[in-house]
Amino acid sequence: MEDQQISGYLRADGRMGIRNVVVIAYLVECAHFVADEIAANFKGQPVHVIGFSGCYPNQHADKVMSALCRHANVGAVLLLSLGCESFNRQQLFKTIHSSGRLVHTITIQQAGGTRTSIEKGKEWVSMALDIFSQQRRMPMRISELIIGTICGGSDATSGITANPAVGLASDKLITNGATVLFEETGEMIGLEKDMAARAITKELGIELHKAVEKAARYYTIMGHGSFAPGNADGGLSTIEEKSMGAYSKSGHSPITGLVKPGDIPPRSGLYLLDLVPDGEPRFGFPNINDSAEIAELMACGCHIILFTTGRGSVVGSAIAPVIKICANPETFKRLPEDMDIDAGKLLAGKASLEDISDEIIQKIIATAEGAPTCSEALGHKEFVLSYKNFGPLGPSCLPL
Amino acid sequence: MPTVLKLHPDDNVAVCIKTLAAGEDVLLDGQRIKMPAPLGIGHKLACKNISIGEPIIKYGIVIGTATTAIPKGSHVHTHNMKSNYIPTYLNKE
Repeated sequence: MEDQQISGYLRADGRMGIRNVVVIAYLVECAHFVADEIAANFKGQPVHVIGFSGCYPNQHADKVMSALCRHANVGAVLLLSLGCESFNRQQLFKTIHSSGRLVHTITIQQAGGTRTSIEKGKEWVSMALDIFSQQRRMPMRISELIIGTICGGSDATSGITANPAVGLASDKLITNGATVLFEETGEMIGLEKDMAARAITKELGIELHKAVEKAARYYTIMGHGSFAPGNADGGLSTIEEKSMGAYSKSGHSPITGLVKPGDIPPRSGLYLLDLVPDGEPRFGFPNINDSAEIAELMACGCHIILFTTGRGSVVGSAIAPVIKICANPETFKRLPEDMDIDAGKLLAGKASLEDISDEIIQKIIATAEGAPTCSEALGHKEFVLSYKNFGPLGPSCLPL
Repeated sequence: MPTVLKLHPDDNVAVCIKTLAAGEDVLLDGQRIKMPAPLGIGHKLACKNISIGEPIIKYGIVIGTATTAIPKGSHVHTHNMKSNYIPTYLNKE
């Protein structure tokens, strides 16, 4: 794997991106429609809409938006402001500008309203795409990749096929110097001791343990676990059964650190992304859907998202390509256009876990090289960012 | 080609690795059982008689507790087992 060539776009901070995306970022819901209307003119081109709906300031939203606008896959950012919202657009503009990216702000109240803002936005995005067409891909190493893992629409096949295959692929990527993130502490309930024992230091182990305890408490207050009725239809009976499956996505590598949304892992290895808010529950469920989890994985620098599904999720994402790994062979037959990899063939004895993990790695390499994933080809660009509250990382979270 | 799989030797449930039709024969720990109703891929069958309050074991770990006596060959799911952590959320019929 080491000597396999990939290529990407070199950013001013030295990081490499595998896509060159123009992001249109709305800074309040009131600017969302105009952002969508601008993007609608660029179907099939790398123009993606992200944004934050809330009008009131929030440190988490600032941190995630700032991280996403400087994501390695992003080459240019058009900020879409209504004009009177609380989001500090000047500060975000400065942050993006100093990262060496193209950036421009349209303030709808000053630009002359909906139609004029859409026209101005179209012109600017066309200009950015023209500049992109001059940019060339540069050689990139596998070890420069950051890969996020998530499961959505899990069923009882997830923990037998797709999730352990992703875990094995993750171990191979880490051996080759790449970085992998896993999350969903709400689906590690009952497994905290095993996870803590994999930490590279005892103190980090305590932090990992605390992260799962926090998730269990948070979900208990919310009234139910990270568990949807569809999980039960698919044969899962309890959160601990679902957890066993979800946890196997993390493979067997030692755990190098714990990060929170917007923190980029400082070196290669396996990291837990703790995305359950700190403190007393304030804003409802920790993750209102899978897209919200993907947004936070991307805010930690993930170039590509490995998404396992049993029931059959069809989501993709803005900014980072999503590779869909289908756990259930019956679902794969039903939704063939949406699934990149058929991990369920393991159940029919047609492939080993080893074979499927290699297939995942080859798909990562092809995707990094520019081949569209199923969700990219279908035009999926989901994005969700909600209010959350986080304290700073503890001193033991990043031992190296 | 087997139709159910025991994931760990300590397990008291086995997993369907394909959707089973009503009347289909299943080989469960050496005993042939006729399915009384269809059962979806991934769902669990008791591979021994399980008493009320006994742990349900899959992957070699406890995934919940039996809430009724479960005879060998029965479907094991939310109607006869529960979480030891957080109750499972289901839509009302």
